[in-house]
Amino acid sequence: MDELAFASARDLVAAYRTGAVRPSQVVELALDRIARLDPILHAFLTVDADGARRAAAAWDARVAGEADALPPLAGVPVAVKDNICTRGIPTTCASRILEGWVPPYDATVVARLRTAGAIVLGKTNLDEFAMGSSTEHSAFGPTRNPWDPARVPGGSSGGSAAAVAAGMVPLALGSDTGGSVRLPAGFCGVVGLKPTYGRVSRYGLVAFASSLDQIGPMARDVADCALLLGVLAGHDPADATSADVPVPDYLAALGAGAAGVRLGVPREAFGAGVAPAVADAVREALRVFADLGCGIEEISLPTIDAALPAYYILAPAEASSNLARYDGVRYGLRVPGDDLSAMVARTRRQGFGAEVQRRIMLGTYALSAGYYEAYYLKAQRARTLVARDFARAFELVDLVVLPVAPTPAFRLGEKADDPLQMYLSDIFTISVNLAGLPGLALPCGMADGLPIGLQLVGRAFEEATVLRVGHAYEQAAGWSRRRPPVG
Amino acid sequence: MARDVAVAYETVIGLEIHVQLLTASKMFCGCAVSFGAPPNTLTCPVCLGLPGALPVINRAAVELGLRAALALGCQVSPRSRFHRKNYFYPDLPKNYQISQYQYADHPPLATDGRLEIATEGGLRLVRIRRVHLEEDTGRLVHPDDPARGSLIDYNRAGVPLMEIVTEPDLRSPAEARDFLVALRRLLQFARVSTGRMEEGTLRCDANVSLRRPGGVRGTRTEVKNMNSLRAVERALAFEVARQRAVLERGGEVVQETRHWDERREVTFASRTKEEAQDYRYFPEPDLVPIVVDEAWLATVRASLPELPAARRARFMAAYGLSPYDADLLTATPATADLFEQTVARYPAPKTVANWLLGEVAAYLNEHGLELEQVPLPAERLAALLRLIDQGRLSGRMAKEVLVEMLAHDRDPAAIVEARGLAQISDDATLREVIDRVLAEHPGPVADVRAGKDKALTFLMGQVMRATQGRANPEVVHRLLRERLGRP
Repeated sequence: MDELAFASARDLVAAYRTGAVRPSQVVELALDRIARLDPILHAFLTVDADGARRAAAAWDARVAGEADALPPLAGVPVAVKDNICTRGIPTTCASRILEGWVPPYDATVVARLRTAGAIVLGKTNLDEFAMGSSTEHSAFGPTRNPWDPARVPGGSSGGSAAAVAAGMVPLALGSDTGGSVRLPAGFCGVVGLKPTYGRVSRYGLVAFASSLDQIGPMARDVADCALLLGVLAGHDPADATSADVPVPDYLAALGAGAAGVRLGVPREAFGAGVAPAVADAVREALRVFADLGCGIEEISLPTIDAALPAYYILAPAEASSNLARYDGVRYGLRVPGDDLSAMVARTRRQGFGAEVQRRIMLGTYALSAGYYEAYYLKAQRARTLVARDFARAFELVDLVVLPVAPTPAFRLGEKADDPLQMYLSDIFTISVNLAGLPGLALPCGMADGLPIGLQLVGRAFEEATVLRVGHAYEQAAGWSRRRPPVG
Repeated sequence: MARDVAVAYETVIGLEIHVQLLTASKMFCGCAVSFGAPPNTLTCPVCLGLPGALPVINRAAVELGLRAALALGCQVSPRSRFHRKNYFYPDLPKNYQISQYQYADHPPLATDGRLEIATEGGLRLVRIRRVHLEEDTGRLVHPDDPARGSLIDYNRAGVPLMEIVTEPDLRSPAEARDFLVALRRLLQFARVSTGRMEEGTLRCDANVSLRRPGGVRGTRTEVKNMNSLRAVERALAFEVARQRAVLERGGEVVQETRHWDERREVTFASRTKEEAQDYRYFPEPDLVPIVVDEAWLATVRASLPELPAARRARFMAAYGLSPYDADLLTATPATADLFEQTVARYPAPKTVANWLLGEVAAYLNEHGLELEQVPLPAERLAALLRLIDQGRLSGRMAKEVLVEMLAHDRDPAAIVEARGLAQISDDATLREVIDRVLAEHPGPVADVRAGKDKALTFLMGQVMRATQGRANPEVVHRLLRERLGRP
């Protein structure tokens, strides 16, 4: 049964068409694996077994008869990060303050998944409100890495990455504000894409930092990632920041190879703090790219140092405002108090975890009268410079290559009490959010039994190029075929 | 300090006016704007600020804002932004209000306008500092039974508002009132708002200070909670007198917000903590800038209805009305429209004006109604006037018919028929009556024959009495003279 558990979404739909497999079998297998593995991994916060079984039964009846006209994800189970609204299924953001809240509406991406035939199997764990790099900041307990349960899966989309890596689901949705799709993809040895800002609708994604948040696809190979992006991408009138840019057939574009593509390698990518194993794996990947006919050029992203501090002003500033609505008045947790302000203060003090409170305070401070210029505006200027760095690089090259993170997955607890060390995990991903560009994480090696991730960054709305080059590399390097020892 | 009782302080008043825009739907979602709906029935995830929901700008609201800006002669910003105004209050679903703040690089919708108003001291130009758009809040409801706590109705949350801020150019409470009347008239004619203070579609706060002529302006206070024109004038008069008394005592005016107490007719300082509110404004990342190009502005300019001053001038020129009548007929668009529609059907402008400003206005005054609240289609008014011309109604009867038309929503012809009100002009019928009257009053008959005209008037009166006033006086007069041999 392992083969089926690790089958791609494309293969599942193909097998449904021939009648070799039925969606119910796949859903039962997924539920069975979750029942066996999730007590260790804790990838899921909610499993909608009943809903998934009902949807699967409906697809069972349809796949045979409509073999020629099946939507792209017909009968394919998908896991959804628990900060994306699902009608009728609790959406907690891994926070006590939203515990038990059931959205009355589907996020646009969830509606698109359903239209494409996908079966929403459940909701995955995350750092509370997506604020973290390890999924340890979940109010409902951490997720563990399928390659080594003593280690973190990365974050904040750690539940989605672990579920995909462990063969519980072929596909999952994550969200990426500073690296939250790519870091866990890298740590868990799966493929994850942060699309261009505006490529995928944010409607129904519980906001962390609105100007940086993007929902992204996670899968076990680049082709599934391309397939899922095709379902998610496109203009949404309900999200004013979603772009009205045509969506190409990402899957069809994969076959064109990587020859002639110019790759830029920032000299800053191998700086202090990058583990030797990571640097070696990235250098080895560059040799593979060269063999594929890519040009390799050294470039510079001189302001990359400014990205992390700028991010830790802008993202908390937006978060402090986005999270103001959790006050115990309308929904979620309410801790009674003697008067209104006492109720609000107690609710927020008890409802939010320490990391969320830290970021709310950082952001509130940064926006305060007298500090706005010194912090928020200055950070905005730094953001502009970071974007300009990338724009200059893309005059010379087609893609920028970076590690996903300076190290492979770290141990649970290792950085939990040291926010700064934790924040440094995102040093190579954050600038991509600040510049609003597409970034693909995919496996490029192993170190001591742990996956190492490679990142390909492209021009805005050139996901097709990023995926095509990533696919060529994946085919040549073969890292994506590795499976974790768990299960 | 010398008691200088004779110091002439100059009153300095600036106004902040909130106007509800006449849109069908809310500022950032598709919910209907309507009054009197059951609580919380006009809501959706967006205006309830549910997690994940996103705002989208209502283009119709921007258009009405632009219309007002043009009517006020403002400079429209080619590119303006929304900002978040952050503060905690339960009527505010997101705990921030989407509004437009004035940054140098992010101007509000429009700036630098003017409105000329007629005051006791002649025409006065009041400068408009800025015009911006924002969303309304919900409404707290405090049930009589305190055990039920406070309730919140979010039907109003997200309703489009426009804020108009004047420069401190007003010099007396009466001028403030005159300005509001002129502004309301302008907005009504521009079809931007119903502008009803009593219903809250026009709300006004005032900044008040005093200064010695040519001297430095004193500390200002902000006066709130004025819910009618009368309240504005009285509240400001109270506040001016209060500040004068403070200064004359040698005291200092404290910068504070004061609420008008309608019942006690005083302003009082709000008991809120005196720390300055820090709203932590920052650009709303969920919305893109409002870009207004010349083409859009030209379309709005072309769609701008005729404004009060132009309409008043046209009424004088086209219909030969006096300045006084033209002014009254352009007090509200409803009056002006009814006047013109009636004249189109009954081309006697002066007669129509006399009826509208006389009998119709008297009826509305007596019943405390607005023209929009009574059934008076132009066709009915024209029909009534035609009945008079046809000799079927006397002027006095027509007034009675009008009252019944307004009170019972009926056609004049139907009223005349039902009540048997039609005038008696028929010779044969009237001769019978006259014969009877002459037989009953031999004395006056003799007097008339002796040449005493006064007696003729008496006999006329008797005939009218016998017919309950329905006899056509001209016909009676003619028949009487025939009968009595006085051609």
